[in-house]
Formats: sequence, C-alpha cells, structure tokens
Amino acid sequence: MYEFNYRKVDSVDAAVEAIQQADDGKFVAGGQTMLPTMKHRLASPSDVIDLGGIAELVGVCVEGDTVIIGAMTTHAAVAASAEVQAAIPALAKLAANIGDPAVRNKGTIGGSIANHDPAADYPAAVIALGATVKTSRREIPGEEFFTDMFETALEEDEIITAVTFPVAEMAAYMKFENPASRYAIVGVFVAKTGGEVRVGVTGATSCAHRGLQLEAALGGQLDASGIDAVELPVENMNSDIHASAEYRAHLVKVMTKRAVEACAQ
Amino acid sequence: MVTVNITVNGKPVSGEVESRTLLVQFLRDNLRLTGTHVGCDTSQCGACVVHVDGKSIKSCTLLAVQADGAEVTTIEGVANGSELHPMQQAFMDNHGLQCGFCTPGMVMTALDIVNRNGNNLDEATVRKELEGNICRCTGYHNIVKSVQAGAKNMGGS
Repeated sequence: MYEFNYRKVDSVDAAVEAIQQADDGKFVAGGQTMLPTMKHRLASPSDVIDLGGIAELVGVCVEGDTVIIGAMTTHAAVAASAEVQAAIPALAKLAANIGDPAVRNKGTIGGSIANHDPAADYPAAVIALGATVKTSRREIPGEEFFTDMFETALEEDEIITAVTFPVAEMAAYMKFENPASRYAIVGVFVAKTGGEVRVGVTGATSCAHRGLQLEAALGGQLDASGIDAVELPVENMNSDIHASAEYRAHLVKVMTKRAVEACAQ
Repeated sequence: MVTVNITVNGKPVSGEVESRTLLVQFLRDNLRLTGTHVGCDTSQCGACVVHVDGKSIKSCTLLAVQADGAEVTTIEGVANGSELHPMQQAFMDNHGLQCGFCTPGMVMTALDIVNRNGNNLDEATVRKELEGNICRCTGYHNIVKSVQAGAKNMGGS
C-alpha cells in the first residue's frame, strides 16, 4: 500500500471539506473493500478521509413503515437489529450473510453501496425494496443509484448519510454464493410492496439492476410459474472462472424462483 | 508519522506509525506480538483476527491509526499466565490444530462466537460462524469440536 494522508473527521461537513481540499481523496467507511484494494495498489488515494468518527451516521430506526439505516451502520448491526428483523426480515438475513463475521463487524451499508461491487448483496435489496439513498446533498432513488460496475450516481465529494427502505409486505433474498469470497455469483431480491412485486438482481451483470423481464413474468403476483419461460439476454451476463454467462442467466431464474417461493412461505 | 495510543491486552501502548501501517503490522512489528498471523492478502483467511472493543475484526484490514483509542485483545491476552484459556485448552484436547498457523485466529473467532451465541453451540452454527477462518490442515472437524467443547467449558468454569 502506498502512503497517504489520513484524516479522521467527526461530521459530514468536515468530511466534504476534507475531500474537496485533497488532490485525490477517498472516503473510507468500514474499509473492508477499500483497504484490500489499496493493499493491492489498485487504488492509491492521496488522502484517506475516515468516516468512522461520524456518530450521526450510525444506527437503525423504524419510522412508520420506513426503515432508516445510517450509512455507517455495520452489517453485523443490521443483522442483529430487532427492529430490522421485525420490519424487513429478509434485509436482516441478507446482512447476516455478507462476507464473514469479522467483515460484518466493520463493513457498512453505505460503504457497500458506494463501492457498488457488481457482486455485492445490498444493491439487490436497495433496488427491489424501492429504497432511497440519502446523501450529503440530495435523495437518490435506489434504482437510479447504481450506474455501472463500481460506478454510482454519487459525485466525488458526496457522502451517503442513510438508506431508507419502505417496509415490504413480503420479501426474500436468495444468493448463489462463491464459496470462498461469499460474494454473490448471482443474487436475487424479490419484494412485494403496495401490490407491486419488484426484483433486484446482483452478481449477474456489470450493474445491479431491476429484473424487468422477471417482474413482467410475475405480473405482480408471488407466483413463479412463468419464470422458466423468460429468456434473459445471455450477452449481458458476466462470465468468469466462477460461472459462465449461460450459467449466470440460468441462476438468475433459479434464484428468482427460490426467492418467490420463500416470500410465499 | 502518526502517534497511536492503543490499549493492547489491558496495557496502554503507544507508537509512531505511518498512515498505511495495518493494525496487524503494528502488533507484530512494533509490539512484537507475533501470535497474530498473516495468512493471506485478501482479508479471507482469518489468521489475523483480534478483538477491537470486544468485536472480532481482521487486523490486516484495519489501519493502526483507525484503532487509535481502542481496546485490542490478541491471542497473547487470552490465557491466564501459564494457564490456558478454556478455549485454548479445548483446541489442545480435541486435536483442533495441526500446524497451528490458523489457530490464533480460530481461537479469537471462537471467543467471539461464544460472546454472541452463548455456551451451547450446535455444529451448524459453528461451521457457519467459522466461514471467515481458513485452515489448510485439519479439515475443520476437530476445530468445530474444539469450539463446541471450549464454549461448554467456558460456561462451566
């Protein structure tokens, strides 16, 4: 890892100011992707601005039918939150299966979605549950947040402050995970909210996205009988040593069916 | 260079580090606490697990400066003098190690498992909780037995 200037800040305003002053600054949240990336010299920021001291970004609360998760809330905290478990159990379960226990003790929801690894778990939930990403300057609809592999709608000096999730009537997340990294080879989050069934897909393509063809086949119902007939474009799928494009296209449908069945139970 | 003040195994320590110094490097190189190991470069193997403010973390994936002001427990802080901790003893009694390289991380993770899940651990829970710790010798069976036995003995002592 190359040397950098380290700054720990205690407010969102101070963090924004710090990154504006830096030549090539990066925010670090839980650091569970950022630090390995820097160790491998795939990133070499001039300044690392640590958001770990901003207390206001940590915590979970439920207001009415909305779950609000502070950006610096760890996966372990979301998984263990009785409020999340009661309001959106599928979200708590998703958090409980990210990485491993030590990673979950440091990794955060804000860091995960800001990084937008195309195989990360949270993006599927953000999209399917119709979440809103709150930042230091605006609110971004979840399905517009992820723009491409490791790319999001965030500006360089913009910080996620919280993610708000409408409480779904029913929801489930199914992932076919890489047995070494626990990343999703394919992950599908299905949510029924206000009479609409939405599907969020991660791991399959370069960008987490709504599964519009799958949603059309479901037709607003938690009935997976039409999924087999969906023809997903194989050319859009990721292909690597873990799974071919054809296999991923197949897995998207299998995970969708399993998630729909888990919702219905 | 940055000054860090950390409480390690109950003792306050301070040191001068570069911003990029990892906690595991600070523990091993500055403090000569070499029980915490580095087994990989990708935050996957768990040989470097220590507790920071009571929670298990991978010390290869935390900057030493990020631990400034924290309480850190390493494998060296687990035993009571020459008397092994019940979890360490359980690894010995159940042949939970062969080469021993992964063992410090396994024990630190095991203690975290007990903290969160109590003393009666079923096999499935232990296997799931050990996902972030890799062992290349044992095939895990005796590690799982060790964690279960150690957890039970911690409750009974």
